[in-house]
Amino acid sequence: MEIRKKIQVDKQGLEQWLDRMIADGLRVFAPVRSGAKVDVRQIVNASEVADDYIQTIQSVKRFAFPKSEELFSYRKGADGVELKEQDVDALPETIAWKVRPCDAAGFTPLGGIFNWDYKDKPFNARRAKLTLISFSCTQSDDACFCTSVGGGPGNTAGSDIQVTELSGQHYLVEAITEKGEAMVGKYLQDAATADDVDKEQYLAKIPVHFNVKELFAKLGTAFDSPIWKQQSERCLGCGACAFVCPTCACFDIQEDAKGSSGKRIRCWDSCGFSLFTLHTSGHNPRPTQSTRWRQRILHKFLYMPDRLAVTGCTGCGRCSRACPVDMNILEHLQSITDHD
Amino acid sequence: MNELIAKVKSMFADDVVKLVVGFEKGNRGARPFFCKSAEEADKLILDEHCPNNVAVYLTKKELLGDGKVAFVVNTAALRSALELSVENQWKEGRFVFLTLNPGGEAVQLENAEAIAAYLQEHPLAVNDEDRQLLDSIRSMTPAERWKYWTYEMSKCIKCYACRAACPLCYCTKCIVEENRPQWIQPWSAPLSNIEWQINRAMHQAGRCTGCGACKEACPVGIPIHLLTLSMMEDAMDVFGQKPGEVNANGNMLSTFRVEDKEDFIR
Repeated sequence: MEIRKKIQVDKQGLEQWLDRMIADGLRVFAPVRSGAKVDVRQIVNASEVADDYIQTIQSVKRFAFPKSEELFSYRKGADGVELKEQDVDALPETIAWKVRPCDAAGFTPLGGIFNWDYKDKPFNARRAKLTLISFSCTQSDDACFCTSVGGGPGNTAGSDIQVTELSGQHYLVEAITEKGEAMVGKYLQDAATADDVDKEQYLAKIPVHFNVKELFAKLGTAFDSPIWKQQSERCLGCGACAFVCPTCACFDIQEDAKGSSGKRIRCWDSCGFSLFTLHTSGHNPRPTQSTRWRQRILHKFLYMPDRLAVTGCTGCGRCSRACPVDMNILEHLQSITDHD
Repeated sequence: MNELIAKVKSMFADDVVKLVVGFEKGNRGARPFFCKSAEEADKLILDEHCPNNVAVYLTKKELLGDGKVAFVVNTAALRSALELSVENQWKEGRFVFLTLNPGGEAVQLENAEAIAAYLQEHPLAVNDEDRQLLDSIRSMTPAERWKYWTYEMSKCIKCYACRAACPLCYCTKCIVEENRPQWIQPWSAPLSNIEWQINRAMHQAGRCTGCGACKEACPVGIPIHLLTLSMMEDAMDVFGQKPGEVNANGNMLSTFRVEDKEDFIR
C-alpha cells in the first residue's frame, strides 16, 4: 500500500499525540495490562498503555462487530407495530491505538463477509467511524504466523496509521489512508519527515511455516480425511477460538422480548458450538466436534479464499493462545500440509 | 512415571484397553492426549500441575467408544471422576484410573470405592492464593462485592470455555440454551453474563470438586472458580454436602420432600 506521509517522533511526542486525542474527547481504546493479561480497554491517559507483550487477548474486531448489538427495537401498540432501527449515525468515532498489523488486516476478511451480497449497515457504519493506529511488531512468539498467510509484522493493510519503534525513544509514523494523513496533519504537524527511514530492519523476523496456496489445494480434497477426527479429539467445543479471532464473523440472532415490545439482538456465535447447526427437526449436519473443527479450517482456508479472495486468518495466533486444550492452529495447519 | 507407562503398555498388550486418555507435552505445557497404542504411550506425562481436568472426557461417549478406557490422571481428575460416579455417569468396569501418588509410585484404581479410599488420604486443600481471594471477597460489603463481580463479569464474552472445561458440566442441553422459556439471555451483556455465572455456580453447588479448570480455561481471566469454590464450602457447611460423597439426606439440589420446612418450596 502506498504510504502518504512518513514522519518521525520521539516517545514524548507519541504520548502527547495520544493524550491530545483523549483531551479532544475522542474515544480511545488501547492495550491495558490487568494481572498477567493484556486486553483492549478505553483509556483516559497515555500512561495506561501496556508495553512488553506479544498480543492482546481479544482482537479489535468488536469495534465494528460487537459481541452483542441491538439491530432494532419494536413496540406493538393500538396503531400497529412501531419499528426503530439502530441509529448508526449516533455511533461515536473510535480510535484503536496500538493495534497489531494482524488485527488491522482482519478487517479485510471481515469486510468481505459483511459486504458479500448484503451490505451490512451497522458493520459498515462502525468501520467507517473506526480509526486504526497499528504498531508494527518488533517481537513475536511461537503462536505467530502472519507471514504464512500473506501478512507480516509491518503489514499496513487495514491501518490508517502505522507506528514503528525504531530505537528506544524514536518512532516512525506512516500515514496510510486519507483519514490517517489528516490525523497526522492535525496532531503531528511539527514532526520531522522521515522519507528515508526503512522500517524493515526493526521488525520481528517471523518464519514462513507453510504455503497457504498449497494448503488451499490440499483442503480441496480433504473433506473426508481422517485428520479432522485426529486433530479435534481434545477440542472441548467452546467458543474461545472464534471469539478472540479477528476474522470470525458468525453471529446468532436473538430476541429480547418483553410482552408486546422488544429488541432484536445480534451476538457472536461459534461454529465450534454443538448447537450452531442444530436444525429445528433435531437433525444436526455437524453432529460431532470433528465435523465442526473441519468447518472451522475449511471456512478460513478454503471457502473464504474461494468466495471472497481472502484467507480467513491473519496468523495472529490468538486462538492458539486462548485454547484451553492447546488446539494450536499452526501445528494443525502444518500437519495438514505435511499430510499425504 | 516409567512404571505407569509400563502399566499402560501392558494394558494395550493384554488388550485390556484400546484407548488411554492422559496428558502429553504440548506447545505451552501439558495438554490432553488420546493415546491409542503402546508405541504412543511413551508420550504420556503426568503431574499435579497438568492444567486441564481430563475427567471432562469421561462423559464424551462419542470419543471413548464402547471398550474399557484407561485414564492417566492427577488427583483433581479423580475427584471429578468420583463425583461423576456418585451422579451415575459411569459404572464399574467402564474405566480404569492410573495415577501417581506423592511418592511417585503408580496407583491403579478400578472403581469408585477405590478412588474414594485414595482421596481420603489426599484431601483437597484450597491453595493460598485462592484462600486469600475468597477471604477478601467474603469480607467485602455487598455493595463492594457487587462492584467487584460486575467488573469481572463485564469481561465475559460468553465463549463457555468454563462450561466446556468442567467435567461436571455434562448436560447435553445447558440451561443457557433453553429458549422455551428463555431462562438466561444467551448473548453477552453485563447482566446476562452475571445471570449465566450465577446459574453455573448454583448448578455446581455441592458438586464442584474445586479443580479450577474453569479458571484456567477462561480466556479473559475471570476468577470464576471462586464462585463454585465458595459454593462448595457453603454446601459443606450448611448442608453437609461434600462432592464425591453420597449424602444420606439426598443431593441438596435435587431432593424434594413435601415436609420441607421452607414455605417457598411447597
